[in-house]
Amino acid sequence: MKAKIHVTLKQGILDPQGRAIEHALDSLGFKHAANVRVGKYMELDLNQTDKAKAEVEVKAMCEKLLANTIIEEYRYELG
Amino acid sequence: MNIGVVVFPGSNCDHDCAHVFRDVLGQDVTMVWHKETSLVGLDAVILPGGFSYGDYLRTGAIARFSPVMGAVTTFAGNGGLVVGVCNGFQILLEAGLLPGAMLRNRSLHFVCKDVYVRVENAATPFTSLYTPGQILKIPIAHADGNYYTDPVTLAGLQANAQVMFRYCTADGKVTPEACPNGSLDNIAGICNAGGNVLGMMPHPERCVETVLGHEDGRALFQSMITSLEGKKLTGVR
Repeated sequence: MKAKIHVTLKQGILDPQGRAIEHALDSLGFKHAANVRVGKYMELDLNQTDKAKAEVEVKAMCEKLLANTIIEEYRYELG
Repeated sequence: MNIGVVVFPGSNCDHDCAHVFRDVLGQDVTMVWHKETSLVGLDAVILPGGFSYGDYLRTGAIARFSPVMGAVTTFAGNGGLVVGVCNGFQILLEAGLLPGAMLRNRSLHFVCKDVYVRVENAATPFTSLYTPGQILKIPIAHADGNYYTDPVTLAGLQANAQVMFRYCTADGKVTPEACPNGSLDNIAGICNAGGNVLGMMPHPERCVETVLGHEDGRALFQSMITSLEGKKLTGVR
């Protein structure tokens, strides 16, 4: 099973990288782009066939290491 | 005193810290490789600056699971003095020994320059030889020093005098312009509720000798030695 994990800064926390990219897009003429948020994407193979168990495991990974839940939020897909 | 300096893969201020304690202050220094699991015999522990594990994932995120960090947590829990400078501060945050987290600098730049900080609490083992409100000229060198915590935790830090240093102007005014990284409340350093764990982004070990510029950082390390000597005299640990 493959886990695809996205980690981004929480809404409400200033994302200086996102803001810089937004300014760059604006100066390139992409006037409809707003609220750019930069994050991390990770994928990993899980040697696990039980989806419920895999979910418990991936959630624990996110809480313990992959995201810092003081400033970041995460979401994942299993498949 | 015997001061432990933890060495993670990627630490690069470890020898500066050792130099201060050994050559400037005449103390014993033990370099502690991050695989160690015991800190027995040490009187204080320093987590130095650098780029532990290449800052992969997040600054300090991987180092905080190094074997030595279990021992550091126990050491701190027993009231031992622990200082994290720069990357060391980031590791203490990730380890939960200090509250909050670091965001990328507001400017997105790595900022390497002398700044001014104000001593907000001079009644701790780290700051007793400073005067309250004293202004220190001290270097910073980081890209992720934008301190963040939730409003409730921030209020607690302020109420308990756990904010140790705040970025300020040369004459001591705490203004947004004087903050080099966007840190909440201009926070440059905090301690834990017990007052025995300090984390700070500025590098006091880089300013202890006038030959290297200035020496406003020296009193921090001297305060620690004075505190430890006092405890030894009274038999308290």
